[in-house]
This record gives sequence, structure tokens and C-alpha cells, in this order.
Amino acid sequence: MTITAPTFEWLQLSPVLVVLLAACVGILIEALVPRVWRFLAQVVLFELSILAAFMLLVLSWSQPRNSLGLMAMGAISLDGPSYLMWASLLVFGLLSLLVFAERDLGNGVTAFAASAASVPGSPAEAEATTARHEHTEVFPLALFSLAGMMVFVAANDLITAFIALEVMSLPLYLLSGMARRRRLLSQEAALKYFLLGALSSAFFLFGVALVYGFSGSFELGAINDAIANPVYGRGLLYTGMAFLAIGLLFKIGAVPFHNWVPDVYVGAPTPVTGFMAICTKLAAVGATVRVFYVALGAERWSWQPLLAVVAVLTMALGVVVALTQTDIKRLLAYSSISHAGFILVAVVGATAGAQGRVNSFGSIVFYLIAYGFATVAAFAIVTMVRDSTGEAHAISSWAGLGRKNPLLAGIFALLMLSFAGIPLTGGFIGKWAVFSAAWQGGYSWLVIAAVAASLVAAYVYLRVIVLMFFSEPVAGVAVGRASGLTWVPVALGAALSAYLGLFPGPLLDLVTSASTFLR
Amino acid sequence: MITLETLVPATGMFSYAWLMIAVPAVVAAFLLIGGRILDRVGHWLAVGAVLVSFSLASCLFAHQLLAGPEARAVTVPLFDWITTGMWKVQAGLLVDQLSILFALLITGVGSLIHIYSVGYMAHDERRRRFFAYLNLFIAAMLILVLADNYLVLFVGWEGVGLASYLLIGFWQHKPSAAAAAKKAFVMNRVGDLGMTMAVMSMLALFGSSAFVAVNEGAAKLDPFWSTTMGLLLLLGACGKSAQVPLQAWLLDAMEGPTPVSALIHAATMVTAGVYLVVRSHAIFEMSAAATTAVVLVGTVTLLVGAWIGTSKDDIKKVLAGSTMSQIGYMMLAAGLGPVGYAFAIFHLLTHGFFKANMFLGAGSVMHAMDDDVNMRHYGALWNVTRVTFWTFAMGYLAIIGIPPLAGYFSKDHIIEAAFEVSTVAGVAALLGAGVTAFYMTRLMLMTFFGEKRWRDGVHPHESPKVMTVPLVILAFFSVVAGVVMNGWIQEWLEPATGAHAHEVEWLPTPIGWLTMLLVAAGVGLAWWLFGTKPVPDTAPASRNPITIAGRNDLFGDAINDALVVQPTLVLARGLVANDSRVLDVGADGIGTVFSGLSARTRRLQTGQVRAYALTMTIGVLLVGAVLILTQLG
Repeated sequence: MTITAPTFEWLQLSPVLVVLLAACVGILIEALVPRVWRFLAQVVLFELSILAAFMLLVLSWSQPRNSLGLMAMGAISLDGPSYLMWASLLVFGLLSLLVFAERDLGNGVTAFAASAASVPGSPAEAEATTARHEHTEVFPLALFSLAGMMVFVAANDLITAFIALEVMSLPLYLLSGMARRRRLLSQEAALKYFLLGALSSAFFLFGVALVYGFSGSFELGAINDAIANPVYGRGLLYTGMAFLAIGLLFKIGAVPFHNWVPDVYVGAPTPVTGFMAICTKLAAVGATVRVFYVALGAERWSWQPLLAVVAVLTMALGVVVALTQTDIKRLLAYSSISHAGFILVAVVGATAGAQGRVNSFGSIVFYLIAYGFATVAAFAIVTMVRDSTGEAHAISSWAGLGRKNPLLAGIFALLMLSFAGIPLTGGFIGKWAVFSAAWQGGYSWLVIAAVAASLVAAYVYLRVIVLMFFSEPVAGVAVGRASGLTWVPVALGAALSAYLGLFPGPLLDLVTSASTFLR
Repeated sequence: MITLETLVPATGMFSYAWLMIAVPAVVAAFLLIGGRILDRVGHWLAVGAVLVSFSLASCLFAHQLLAGPEARAVTVPLFDWITTGMWKVQAGLLVDQLSILFALLITGVGSLIHIYSVGYMAHDERRRRFFAYLNLFIAAMLILVLADNYLVLFVGWEGVGLASYLLIGFWQHKPSAAAAAKKAFVMNRVGDLGMTMAVMSMLALFGSSAFVAVNEGAAKLDPFWSTTMGLLLLLGACGKSAQVPLQAWLLDAMEGPTPVSALIHAATMVTAGVYLVVRSHAIFEMSAAATTAVVLVGTVTLLVGAWIGTSKDDIKKVLAGSTMSQIGYMMLAAGLGPVGYAFAIFHLLTHGFFKANMFLGAGSVMHAMDDDVNMRHYGALWNVTRVTFWTFAMGYLAIIGIPPLAGYFSKDHIIEAAFEVSTVAGVAALLGAGVTAFYMTRLMLMTFFGEKRWRDGVHPHESPKVMTVPLVILAFFSVVAGVVMNGWIQEWLEPATGAHAHEVEWLPTPIGWLTMLLVAAGVGLAWWLFGTKPVPDTAPASRNPITIAGRNDLFGDAINDALVVQPTLVLARGLVANDSRVLDVGADGIGTVFSGLSARTRRLQTGQVRAYALTMTIGVLLVGAVLILTQLG
């Protein structure tokens, strides 16, 4: 008996490997580098590693041959969508990690707890705070999570997908509980996230098992073949499909699996919230689209109505509940739920797209990128608006911000307009793209519902703008002096939100041309 | 039969034609942005900019004169302006026989008026801004006449509208000036609407708005579209050229500084409508209805303007009425078809000289009389302001048509051509000439002759050289322009207007003699009424309906008010009421429903993790239910 050595495409998979390696090096830094140097070492490490991963990605993608295909013995499917998702994840990961490293706003310390293990209010905590300790482990944790996300969106079999899901989720549970201020709230959020996440993972795993029972394979392509030539009855398949959907929709934050979103977004340290709002959403949507399009594409007539119902519920609940929110992070949380709904509209459309028109996956990626730039900047701005106790989260305390800091308030207004989908912003083109994809897919009623939802959503965002510019300023709230680590994501997010609204052509062409999944 | 110009691409000098526009435009921007540092030199910069444009225009004109007729119409492509979908609009210039005459008039008269304004506006603290606007006007007007494309023309069209608005309201501290500016702007919008719709129809029917494409396409137009397009263009022309029914703004526009009245509201901008009609001759020739409408508008306006001119005491308003009337003549000529195009342009040019001359003369008189515009407060000025008087007299003789001054040739040709086409129009034109002689003589008598009726403390004096020299130059052209161009202009314009040369007379024809007889009668009547008796200090109350109508601008404002303003106000009030009583209530209701819904829904978010897990479980049931329903359905 001969054993063939497994093949491994080093260059093509190097972006993931670099991020994973950097996370491991980060752990070693915690162990080996003196405390005073750790912060600097971690920041340099994550910046360099993500940039290197991005360059390797470009290098691998631009290879004339072998850039696409099933990699790592068929566990990873490296196709156009994977490259697009990886590139987006790396860019947004870098931008949100920059906000992790901001120290100027918090009097020289990060937004993370001095000693996450100590009981809130205990002498141990006070001691760590006085000593100005910091948890620099947050950087390797985030890198592990990022690597998990990258594998998740490219996973070609359900087992790899499940492992990746856990790799991406576990660090997030930890990060959520590490806020420096309002620690109890933060820890509560982390626990909720963990419990509900475990529940959803259980559903997902159960779904994997049932689908395996139906098809006899974990591989997405093989599942699709089994649907075409079924051996067993479809009961197994439908139950498995429902459970897979539940696990994935939970991560996306779709109604009725959204309950964790507001509580976790509010409780987690704001930089972590930003990271989750973009990168987790990107990864979850990417994996969902892959599972549904590649493995269950032949069964689309049964899952399209399901996702359509979920999309309507998600949009409606997201925008309606956002109307009466009084906390800016909670408002952004519900906003993120409603955006998940808009994205699902395009997922339901499931069109390959006619020549010269944007297709479903292309529109989803464009929407995510436009949403991502607006989100990364919005959460960075939330970290900057402060009162004496830290970040000022009450929306009422943002009143009159336009007079205190016209530039920052102007940028935030632009981001709100992009969220609302007002023309000349990236958000508008994104909405237009996902709606047109769903329309081409024959879901015109869903598009009408989505347009109605975006009408209500406009009120949510305009309310914030009106408050910032047309109300009397509130005393005691000011814009903190942030370093470039916060300003870079803010400026880049604002600039790209406007740019994508004015010149969407190049990105639309790119996402449309690179949207073919491999089986 | 429509003959098309043969166009040649620009070479040499012609490729720099855009500088004519760019120089004044850049100087205008520079003066506006530059701020107070430029207060001392700004006006000379502006004068320099127009002189540069004028020199360029002269050089191009000389080139054209030297070149053969086949090489005179030159296109200057500039850049791709709009490239989207199936539309591709190229911005370019067309320097041909027609546009170069306009360019010369605009920059030539424009230069003189700029120089005059240096003196006229010497004591105005916002002089720099004034000159910036004047330069902006020159640039926009040149875009209008040099465009090779209706869409580019429209840019200039709107640009001159803006400049006109800014300059009419230049003394914005006077509420009357602000109101006049607004009125001019709003009434011009009505005309612009016609213009916009005409350009849109061109784009829709021909796929292009370039003159070449439109001229080619026009030959194949069906009657409906050629009439529609012609009438829309005429509406645009009426707005810009203050023709009935859009005439009411021009009299109020006299609120602007007098050089503005001379440049924009007499010599150049208000003639843009005539230019438009002549330029669009290919469309008008396809529709008898549209050309008849042009003749009608021209005839009515020439009488209305003259009528208003007879009964005003404000020297500038008399001249404004006269401008309307003279543009009416041009419009009439343009509506006559191929026989009239060249005469319309001929009269436009001579009118540009003598009317600018008289407006600047009026400005000089006002300067002498402490900015009083009431002719009843003038009198006996001929001896005090001699240069002004003699130059004004040249303009006067030119406009009433005394041979061999400029107006004689140009107006006489129009009257004769009108008789060829329609007796009614011919008689009206003839009558207009008599009335013109009447009101202009009245103006001369009340201003320069008779008793001194000066107010206390007014000490008239002649204006400085910087103002009188332009007057002398314009007076010179008022005298000679007719003789110089009479035998030449028809042949010159033939390729551009598609009209065939038509021998012109040098000596008066029977109709010419008749015209002069009527002119003499008008002069005599005015002399009998105003020269032999003292002029009352206030206008005598009159029950003569003709006088009352004339003093009230033939009730133009009242008609506009009743027909347009009041109905619009009623509609607006209705919409406001609908807004507040129906729409607002509805919208507020929707808002209340949603916030109520929101307040209820957010209670589901209890914060308890067991409730969340329960929701998820319900979600599982929901997913199952949907899947089962799908399978059943």
C-alpha cells in the first residue's frame, strides 16, 4: 500500500497561513517580550502581517495559472468569491484592528480591560488599572478570528466550515468581555454571546450531520450531486438544510436569530463591535452564500422562500426597532441587522446575471464593501465622542456635535447617508445592486418590501443628522483627540463611501467578473 | 431650399479661438476671488481682457476676409463634454461668417463700454465686482454665439442670464433693483423652458444637438415637429429678447447701471433671440406656422415698444421701449425667411452701435444731472454737455433713419422686405418708423433743448474723457456703419444663413420715400407738441387711453399678474393647505404608527438569555413551517 503525501498549495493559501502564523507569533510575544515592548511589537506584527497577507493574495490572484482551484486536498475552494472575500476581510480587519490600538483617547491605555480575569470592582482590578496594565492578547485573538473567517468563507466541505466557524467565534466571545469600562455589561454580553453561539453551533453541527446522512459526503460539490441523484428521501435533506440555515443566519444576525446582536454590540468594547459588525458579517454572509449556492443550489426552490421570509422579517424588525433607540451603539446594531436583511434580498435573488449586469454575488460583495467602509468609520467615530466617563453612547448627548466638530459630524452624516442609501454614496449603489439582483431573480415583491424598509430606515439615520446639526449642543460631551490609528479608518471610510457612490464602475466590474463559484 | 455651410477644421490662429472666451472668464473669476487687493487695478484688468478678446476676434475676422468663402466657416472642437450611454456631446466652437460678426460686436462695443464704465463707476465702492460681472457676461455671450452646438449655446444662454441678473440687481440696496433683477430672471426662465424643451427634442429626434446634425435632420422633419421646435425656440427667443408676450422685464431692467443697459439690454444680450432664430433657419424654413409666429411677434413688439416709448418720462425707459421696438424689427426680418436674415443681422449690428451710443449718452446726461432720469427735469443741455449732445444727435439721426446714417439702410431694407412678404407687416413697420421718429424727437427736445428745468443744486457738466471718447467712437460707427456694410453684408452672410443675395438699393425707393415722409411727420408732430410749448414739470393728467396705456407699459404687468401670478399663487396656497392638512397629517400618522410599533417590538429584547434562546427555538419552528409550506405549495 502506498501512501501519497497530501498536497498543499503554499503560495495560494499563504494569506491565511501568514495571518495564522502572526497570531501564533503574537502568543509567543506575550510570553517572551517584556511588558513595555509588547504593545508596540503586537501592533507592528498585526500591521505587517495583514499587509503581507494582502500582498501575497494579490500575487497569488494575479498568477496567470493555478490561481483558482480546489486547494489543500479539496478542503478549500479558492475561486473568485474567495479572493474577493479574503481581500475584503484583510482590508477591514486591518482598519478595525487599527482602532484596537488607539491609546490617545483613553489617556494612554486601550479600550480593553487592564485585567480581564479580575472581578469588577475588586482590589485586583484597581491594582492592574493603577499599574496601567493592558491586555495585548487582543491582537493575536483578533488575528486568530480573522484567520478563521478567511477559512470559513472558502471552506469547501462542511467539516472545515464548522472548524473555521469555531476558530472565528471563540476569540470573539473573549474579546467581547474585555471592555475597560462598564465591565459587568461587557462580561454579560460575552456570556450571552457564548451561550447563544454555542446553541447555534449545535444546530449547525446537527445540520452537517443530517446533510451527511442524506448525501454521504461533507463536500459541497458532492452534496449538490447527491441532490441531483438522491439515494435517500428528502426529509433528511430538508431538516439538515434548515439546521444549517439556522447556524449561518445566527452569525449573520438575521431575525429571528438576531437577539444577541444588540446586547453584544453594546456590551463589547467599541473597537471589537466594529470588527464584528464588518468582518463577522462578511464571513458569515460569504459562507452562507457558498453553502446555499454551491451545495444546495439545486434545491434553491425550497430555500429561496425561506430566506425571503427571513429577509423581510430582518429588514422590518431592524428598521422599526431602530426608530426608537436611544443608544448610538444599539442603533448601529439594529442598523446592522437591517443591512443583513438587505443583503439576504440579493441572496434570495440568486441570479447568475445577464451580460453587463451585476449578479447576486457581485451585488452582495459590493454592498458589504460599501457597508464595511461606512461601518468601520462609524464605530471609530463612536470611540471618539466622549464625556467624563468614557464614550458617550446616549444619542441625546450627540446633539449639536455639528457645532463642536463640524468635520467629524460631517463625516458621520455622510456615513449615515450611505447607510440610508442616499444617492452619491456607496450605500446607494449597494442597495441598487442588491435590489436589481433580486429583481432579475424574479423576486419583485421582495424588492418592493425592501424599498419600503429603506424608506423607514432613512428616518432612522436622518434623525441622527438632524440631532447633530439642528439641536443645541450638550455640555460635557466633546470629541476626543485621537491619533492617526483612529483617524485613518475614519478618513478612509468616509472617502470610500463617497468614492464608491461617485465612481462605482471599477469595483462593480471587479466583483461581477470574480463571482463564479467553484465546485 | 436649405444650403448648408461647408465647414473646415480649425488650423493656426483659429485653434486659439477659445481664448476669446477663456480670457474674460478667467479674469472674472480672478477678480471675484482676488478680493480687495485688486480694487485699484481690477477694472483695468477687465478692460484688458475684453481688448484681448477683441484683438483675437479682429484677427480671426481678417483671416476670414482674406480666405475664400469656402474656408471661412471654421469648427474648433474642444473636448468631449458628455459621454454617457448613447449620448455623446462634443463641446466645440463654430467661427463662421455669422458668429464672427457677433464676436466683433460683443467685444468691440463691449470694450468701449468697459472703458466708459471706468469713468461711470469711478465712485462705486463695488467697482471691482461690477467689472468681474461684466467680464463674466462677455465670456458667456461669446459662448452663446460661438457654440457649434445647441447644448453649448444653452450654457452661454444661461450664463448671460446670470450676468444680466447680477448686473440688473447690482445696486442691490435698492429694493426696486432687487425686484427688477428677480423679475428679469423669472421671466427669462419661461423662455429658457422653451429653449430646454427645444434642445431636448433635438436630442430625441436627431440624437445630437450639434448645428450640423440639426440642420441636416431638419430637412427631413415632419411638419408637427418642425412647428413645435420652431415655436419652442421662438419662446426662448422671446424671453431673452424681451418680445411680446415676455417683454415686461426689459423696462424694469433699467434699474441696473447705465453701461449695463447699454451693453446687455441694448446692444448684445437682448439680440440673442434674433441670433437664435437666424441660426435655426433650417428649422424655421420647414414650418410656415413657426415663421408666421415670428413675424407676428416681431410686428406686435415693434409697435408695442414704440408705443411705450412715446409716453415715458424716464430717459432710460424711453430707450428701453425703443430697444424692444427695434428688436421687433429684427425679429420681423428674421421671420421673413431668406430675404430677411441678412437684414436682421444688419439692423442688429447698426442698432448695436447707435443704441449703445445713446444709452451711454443718456448715462452721461444722468452723470451731469446727479443721476436724475426724469426728462422733465432736463432741458437746454446741448450747450452744457456738447460732446454728449453731438454724439447723441448722431445716434438719434441714425435710429430715425436719416440717410446716409446707419439706421436708414438697415431699417429701410426690413420695411421693404416686409412689404414683399406681407402688406400688413409692411404697413406696421412703416408706421413704427414714424412713431420712432416721434418719440426720439421728443426725447431730444426734452433733454437737450427748451428751458432749463434743472432741480436746485444740480450743476451739469460734461463727463470726463474716459466716457466721452467711447461716445465719439460709437457715434462715428452710427454714422458710417450703414454705408460700409450695405453692399457687403448679404453676400458675406450668404453661406451661414443659406439666403441668396438680393440686390440692395443705395438710393431711396418709393417705399423709402414714404418712410421718410412718415419720419418727417413724426418729427414735426413732436416738434409741435414739445418744441413749441414749455414742458410741464409733472406729466399732465391724461384721459387719452393711448397715453394711459403707454405710461403703464400697455398693462403688461397687470396682464402677467392676472394671467400667471394670481393663478400660481392660488395654486401654491392650495398646495400648502393640502400639505399641512392632508399630507402632514398622513405622514405624521404613519410616523406615529411606526414609533408605536417600534416601542412595542423593542420590549421583546428583554436582556434575558433564556428569552433569547426561546426566540431562537421559535425561529427554528418558523423555519420548519416555511419549509413545509413551500413543499406543500
